[in-house]
Amino acid sequence: MAEKKQVIVRIRRQAGPKESARWEEFTLKWRPSMNVIICLRDIAENPVTRAGKKTTPVSYDSNCLEEICGSCAMLINGKARMACSALVDALAQPIRIEPLSKFPVVRDLTVDRQFMFESLKRVKAWIPIDGTYDLGEGPRVSPEIQEQGYPLSNCITCGNCLEVCPQVNENNQFVGAAIISQVRLFNMHPTGAMHAKERIQALLEPGGIADCANAQNCVKACPKGIPLTESIAAVNREAWKQSLLGWLMG
Amino acid sequence: MRHPKIIVVGGGLAGLMATIRVAEAGVPVDLFSIVPVKRSHSVCAQGGINAAKNQKGEGDTTGKHFDDTVYGGDFLANQPLVKRMCEAAPGIIDLLDRMGVMFNRTPEGLLDYRRFGGTLYHRTAFAGATTGQQLLYALDEQVRRHESEGKVKKYEGFTFLSAVIDEGGVCRGICAMDLRSMEVKAFAADAVIFCTGGIGAIFGRSTNSVVCTGSAQSALLQQGVDYANGEFIQVHPTAIPGEDKLRLMSESARGEGGRVWVPKKPGDARPARSIPEGERFYFLEEWYPKYGNLVPRDIATRAIHRIVYQEKLGLLNESAVYLDVTHIPRETLDRKLEGILEIYEKFLGVDPRVEPMKVFPAMHYTMGGIWVNGEDQATNVAGIYAAGECEYQYHGANRLGANSLVSCIFGGGLAGPAAVKYAKNLPKGAESTASSVFERAKKREEEKNQTLISQDGSENPIAIWKQMGEIMSEHATVTRINKNLEMADGKLRELQVRYQKINLSDRTKWSNQTLNFARELENMLILARVVTLGALARNESRGAHYKPDFPERNDAIWLKTTRAKWMNNDVQLTYEAVDVSQITPRPRRYDAAK
Repeated sequence: MAEKKQVIVRIRRQAGPKESARWEEFTLKWRPSMNVIICLRDIAENPVTRAGKKTTPVSYDSNCLEEICGSCAMLINGKARMACSALVDALAQPIRIEPLSKFPVVRDLTVDRQFMFESLKRVKAWIPIDGTYDLGEGPRVSPEIQEQGYPLSNCITCGNCLEVCPQVNENNQFVGAAIISQVRLFNMHPTGAMHAKERIQALLEPGGIADCANAQNCVKACPKGIPLTESIAAVNREAWKQSLLGWLMG
Repeated sequence: MRHPKIIVVGGGLAGLMATIRVAEAGVPVDLFSIVPVKRSHSVCAQGGINAAKNQKGEGDTTGKHFDDTVYGGDFLANQPLVKRMCEAAPGIIDLLDRMGVMFNRTPEGLLDYRRFGGTLYHRTAFAGATTGQQLLYALDEQVRRHESEGKVKKYEGFTFLSAVIDEGGVCRGICAMDLRSMEVKAFAADAVIFCTGGIGAIFGRSTNSVVCTGSAQSALLQQGVDYANGEFIQVHPTAIPGEDKLRLMSESARGEGGRVWVPKKPGDARPARSIPEGERFYFLEEWYPKYGNLVPRDIATRAIHRIVYQEKLGLLNESAVYLDVTHIPRETLDRKLEGILEIYEKFLGVDPRVEPMKVFPAMHYTMGGIWVNGEDQATNVAGIYAAGECEYQYHGANRLGANSLVSCIFGGGLAGPAAVKYAKNLPKGAESTASSVFERAKKREEEKNQTLISQDGSENPIAIWKQMGEIMSEHATVTRINKNLEMADGKLRELQVRYQKINLSDRTKWSNQTLNFARELENMLILARVVTLGALARNESRGAHYKPDFPERNDAIWLKTTRAKWMNNDVQLTYEAVDVSQITPRPRRYDAAK
């Protein structure tokens, strides 16, 4: 494309959780290597709409700006993604920016993703060590397990996989692909495996793995390329085994 | 019997480790963080964590790790705690391993180790090139477990404003602001541990995350908590320049064999790949044959500045040099460095497995920080502790790569039990502090908010912040010249005057990020002056602090810790001796084995 002098962004604004939403449009000066975060910062420095109306800076979450903290997930041109790695030159204009729709809006683009952290508690997503005092080395782990586990532990809890999942809606409490994948990770670790049943049990309850309808949107939306559908399949097998065994044992 | 309570401010590696240790001691913890703790800046650490486990049969020892750390820090660190940290490091690795960190493994299933800057040993354990993220998650998971058992209460989305200090000068809690309701609340505690991280935002752009403003450290300084060695700022040699952020390209790229070079011919317009080997200048390897590309960061950064600004050998039309990993097998790159290579690819659209990366130095880390004692992370104010990047104890005048993660975990692990012990031995706890002490503190903070919200001024906080960043990046990073530092301090004081007239473009009382930023900015300006004044006073060159007019280290005068105090509403510098009881200072050079 020929050199663009301007960037036009449309942002869905909402003053608070109970306020109604509205759209505002801004014209910004184009620079090379601009991303959506830079657009939001430009607006903060000069919060005037395209129509010349004074407004407030846009509220949004961000922190690391290199796609590893998981803060800045939002809908950009309808796609759930991280704002820091959304480069303006690769986006059609006007760039439409909205908050994730599956989480309660706090203000503007800021949403509350506490549900995900609560879900991590529910499935006991940790290795239950005895204590931090010196107990020597951990268990040996084969490079093969490490190479499977490491990508899973790259999950940044951004919520994009929940955003694109048709099963995550007001009618159920589906924990979503990220959480299921974490169960796979902890059940894979030699110490974590000792408590695999507890985690699977948590996923056999309402909002658990049975709510997955295999739409497979999650894996496409994951900014870290985590094999989420593989995780769901693996955990599903474990879950079937465990529930069948439970049924047979009466 | 009294039931003490501890507050931890900051949920990065140090804060989480402190939290775990306090919870293990059976003492309730309130954990405050601006962001959900899992999104803390520790996730940005890439390359690894040091511990002399000697798993490559090279004869590495904790003593050598200690010597490398002290030598790398140009002898400015107090030595006893550094020694203890290096001795504790192998146990810290074991602990993290038990917590399930997905460290890279050898065929035997043991942890793999790689080389890092400032050492000749394979001493750095790693999880791909996202080690900080992996370690933070491990601690986050343990804290979540304690939280689910009711031992930890998290206050995520709260920012620290000030300590509550009683008439006797003892800390009894904190004032914090709920970043949604913008309400100021006072919280009582018998001891408070600060783990509030780095100060990158005072340089405008850096490798740090958005929350790394140093605001908490500055607020504490203004309440009488001393700040040490502020002038020691680490500029990382290899980062990708960007308008919003300077994105780190880990030292591990060089640890795995990456090479730094420029074309020998100035302004060579050929694509990097077509420049023959003989026409490339591998300046680090040539100038520092023993350590090569793995010299400490201050050395590599100054070398790159020399190449670009003095030798005029920077890449065509750019202030940059090549960081080249294209000769390393793709399989190795994907297994050991994928995380960082992906960052480069995503943000620049160029595959660094094929094209050499273009990098330039960037402000990265503060060696200086809150003054703490040489034993247990206590500050000079009773009841206040500090750990992690926000304090000054471990890295002297320059931090070695992969030592920050270990210092965070060691320091946090030390501060937790120390705070518990202090709290249990208090004759009178926070519960017997008059409520008026808390109310007064809260009212002071509320009034500050009200003033900012209601005042009509002409100045924009973001514009002031940007100017501060430019001043600091230009004059208080790699090369320091006294007349420029004097001018910089003058400009910072002008910005402080202009700050009095700022106008908030958002005056609402719900999730108002502008108000919070304005509050942080006031504190940042003060901390910027601490850095600048410390640099101005120190007429020598040591570690990351380099003055061409005073090119040598001067132990006779400057083997001293700078200790900034807040007196008469201004920064006052004092100095104290460095504890060099273990290793006698010797000249630091990397062109030969030490």
